[in-house]
Amino acid sequence: MSHHAFSFNGEMLHALPSGALYWPAQNLLCVSDLHFGKAQRYALQGGSALPPYEVKDTLMRLDHDITTQAAKTVICLGDSFDRISASADLDLDAREWITRLQAGREWIWIEGNHDPGPVDLGGTHLAEHLRAGLIFRHIAIGETLKSGEISGHYHPKITLNLKARALTRRCFAIDERRLIMPAFGTYTGGLSVRAEPLNTLLSTKAIAVLTGETALPVPIKTR
Amino acid sequence: MEPVHPLIADWFTAQEWTIHPHQQDMLARADDPATLLIAPTGGGKTMAGFLPTLNELADGIHEGLHTLYVSPLKALASDIKRNLRRPVDEIGLPIRIEDRTGDTSATRKKRQRADPPHILLTTPESLALLTSYEDAPRMFKGLKRIVIDEIHALADSKRGDQLMLALSAVQNMCDGLRRVGLSATVEDPAAIAHFLARHPDSCDIVLADPGPDPDISMLNIAEPPPWAGGGAAYAIPAVLEQIKQHKTTLIFHNTRAQAEIFFHNLWLANEDSLPIGIHHGSLDKVQRERVEAAMVRGDLAAIVCTGSLDLGIDWGDVDLVIQIGAPKNVKRLVQRIGRANHRYNAPSKALLVPANRFEVVECVAALQAVKEHELDGDPRGPGPLDVLCQHILIRACAGPIDPDALYQEIKSVGAYSMVTRAQFEDCFDFCATGGYALRAYDKWKRLQERNDGTWALRDPRAAQRIRMNIGTIQDTDTLKVRLQKSRGGKPLGEIEEGFASTLTQGDTFLIGGQIVRYEGLREMTVEVTRRADKKPKVATFGGTKFATSTQLSQRILRMFQQDDWPDLPACTADWLTLQRGVSILPRPGRLLIESFPHEHRNHTVVYGFAGRNAQQTLGLLLSKRMEELGYDPLGFVATDHATLFWGLRAVTDPDALMDPDMMEQGLEQWLAGNALIKRTFRASATIAGLIERNLPSQRKNGRQATFSSDILYDTLHKYDPEHLLLRITKQEALRGLVDFGRIRLMLEQTRGRIDFITLKRVTPLAAPMFLEMGRIPIKGAAEERLLAAETAALMSAAGLA
Repeated sequence: MSHHAFSFNGEMLHALPSGALYWPAQNLLCVSDLHFGKAQRYALQGGSALPPYEVKDTLMRLDHDITTQAAKTVICLGDSFDRISASADLDLDAREWITRLQAGREWIWIEGNHDPGPVDLGGTHLAEHLRAGLIFRHIAIGETLKSGEISGHYHPKITLNLKARALTRRCFAIDERRLIMPAFGTYTGGLSVRAEPLNTLLSTKAIAVLTGETALPVPIKTR
Repeated sequence: MEPVHPLIADWFTAQEWTIHPHQQDMLARADDPATLLIAPTGGGKTMAGFLPTLNELADGIHEGLHTLYVSPLKALASDIKRNLRRPVDEIGLPIRIEDRTGDTSATRKKRQRADPPHILLTTPESLALLTSYEDAPRMFKGLKRIVIDEIHALADSKRGDQLMLALSAVQNMCDGLRRVGLSATVEDPAAIAHFLARHPDSCDIVLADPGPDPDISMLNIAEPPPWAGGGAAYAIPAVLEQIKQHKTTLIFHNTRAQAEIFFHNLWLANEDSLPIGIHHGSLDKVQRERVEAAMVRGDLAAIVCTGSLDLGIDWGDVDLVIQIGAPKNVKRLVQRIGRANHRYNAPSKALLVPANRFEVVECVAALQAVKEHELDGDPRGPGPLDVLCQHILIRACAGPIDPDALYQEIKSVGAYSMVTRAQFEDCFDFCATGGYALRAYDKWKRLQERNDGTWALRDPRAAQRIRMNIGTIQDTDTLKVRLQKSRGGKPLGEIEEGFASTLTQGDTFLIGGQIVRYEGLREMTVEVTRRADKKPKVATFGGTKFATSTQLSQRILRMFQQDDWPDLPACTADWLTLQRGVSILPRPGRLLIESFPHEHRNHTVVYGFAGRNAQQTLGLLLSKRMEELGYDPLGFVATDHATLFWGLRAVTDPDALMDPDMMEQGLEQWLAGNALIKRTFRASATIAGLIERNLPSQRKNGRQATFSSDILYDTLHKYDPEHLLLRITKQEALRGLVDFGRIRLMLEQTRGRIDFITLKRVTPLAAPMFLEMGRIPIKGAAEERLLAAETAALMSAAGLA
């Protein structure tokens, strides 16, 4: 199997190599930081015109995961849109595509810091969402947690040394109570899991699960 | 021609100087639209360039900007200011001289635009920036002359293309602007003249007396050089002896890492504590300036350096140049030799030190080429389109642009005189909308058409962003190195990000000649201490890695055809004779491929003589081809002259292996995602303005907000493979790091003429390649498998498996 299965707060979860999280017991798929409309925001602010294919690319990968897992619930963990009005900027094809994906399944938009309110697309809009002992929110809270928290926002990535060459991948960052999702959107960068504030947020037992062809686990704090 | 102003003539007399013939020539041509002066270092080149300016300004009538001086180095601009100030003050001329570079203060820059000096000394980037302001026409209105110094260096680079494009804009802002280029000795003066002049203006070439031939030879060392490697440690005692015998010695190296190692070894052997410094582009600016100042004062006996001292400034009293390692390129060698002895009409003295046995051959070939005045160089081809894209954006910053007029203006630049309307439209469309097959930015076009047919920036904020990103110099991803201290210690220099990521706490490396210990990474700065207790890893710095030129490679091949080699030291001549007995020596116009078993592996050597970069690319392309043909390759290593492969099966069909059509196809597949190609893309995408290096109000944790250019490349390749930037990338892959152009040339010249020789054991010529560094494993197994092994090992080591 190309996914990494692990137990988190008593629940069995799958980190998929695409950067999505699947929860078999709930038949639930979670993705974070899609950042739809990032290219438009660049152009709007007088920046360069980035290749306008990122919405299509992100949706294609999301579609693939939803279809493969046959998920009944989808949670988008915030910053789904690069700015609050970005959902209005999506072209008709993209809007229809999202509507098609939403048909027949529960769809939850969690608010992010880029999109702190409801968007004009179907689905439920929530600040956070509790399900079977796991809390879904956009930004991890600083204090000690009593139960499991799943969040996004930081776009964790990790760099590994492979015999004189360095390789950087987006990754899940997971410790006993906290699971921080990688960014799923095509046009997203990353923050090293060993940099602040991720370094402080994560415990010494934290592992990273690499995205790519296979979801591979690796300890974060080796030294 | 105006006669020399009496004040200036008197001053020359008072100095007991006569005006050199070529300075006289430049005065006589003062009214020509373009003139190129080719003169050796120390030939009064700068004065020749400025004499007509001083002459025209002597009467004090001219108001505003008269002469623009452009050089590739900031330091050169301030140096010239000093050197020009003295005669101007002594003659008592009413001339204001100022420089303007990235280091000039903002208030000063602002004042210069409102009230420009008579002579402004600047760099290509600063000039491009000046042309982006709306008030540029007012500033340049009275401009009469532009002097481009070290034009031979600029003509080889995108910085030069940018300069000439900026100049085409300036030319249209003033009447009768005349151009002067100052160049060192080059192989093709006509090409530089074409680069300099407004197309199709003519451009006379003035050749100064080149002076006596240099006194150049190989450094005599009793011990033969080693078989492989680039350190030249065997030469240390002989080099120290030479340093003692001369006032100031420049010791040139081809790479910064080699300079560091040599400097380190030199100091270990420096029992007399001779004052020896080091200078290269990765060292901190303050440190470099300190070495430069010490050198000008004559305090240093020797400076270990790289190309960072190739250009310009008159560095004190250098009386010997030593080149460590094969010179790779005859033209650059000649220019480096010129650094010794700045007195006109005295021969420069230089010594070559081959670092290994093969380099002996290359050094002797280079010596012959210098004696025969045969310089090398490849025609550069038409002006690159990424620079053109940036130019269009810069022109748009200064105000609305008329595409027809802009196209005509661009065609007046020599390098762009052949640019087609379709190419121009492509670039223009890219600047305006991104130029994508999918039209997505109609609402947010960067450039918008106005009612009168001109185009202007849609968002005025864009001008600031464009100005912040002017330039064509690519900084590789480097990290600053600092001594660890509570509030940020002394900066030492920079190392490549890739190298930094392989360091763990306690590792040591060389920088600026000292061994430092890696302590950690803090806010993108490498923190080190002086607690050096381990053998240093070698730092990989950025900087150009030169490949042996086509002409020099061909000369080596011709040398191989001699019956014997009286010019070569016996150890090297014997080695070549042995090769001739066992196998054959590579021949011009043919391709030698050797195949032999060694230590249970089958080895194949392809002697392409195409230069390091091309041989490296050949290694990557051929290893893929070998996999297809079932030879099960395991790895390869490349030098300037050959690529050595090892694998499970012996090559049986060399023609199939070297099939040019398959090789072209290989390049196509390569474009799908090779790391070198992605680096090439990033450079062009940054120049063309798709990727912005600098953003206004950059956030501190900007890393999270910005994403890798590889994502853009992959996206374009997947959804828009015909996009302009991918076409530019493919064009760029013909030279530089990928250098596919030389593979193509080699294949054309040797097609159907392969000498395939099968042997029982390693040949003499191939043997040193087994000692080469930088062996590359072939990833038939792919990254994922390596990754799986590594992550599993880490998990079990951490007790998490």
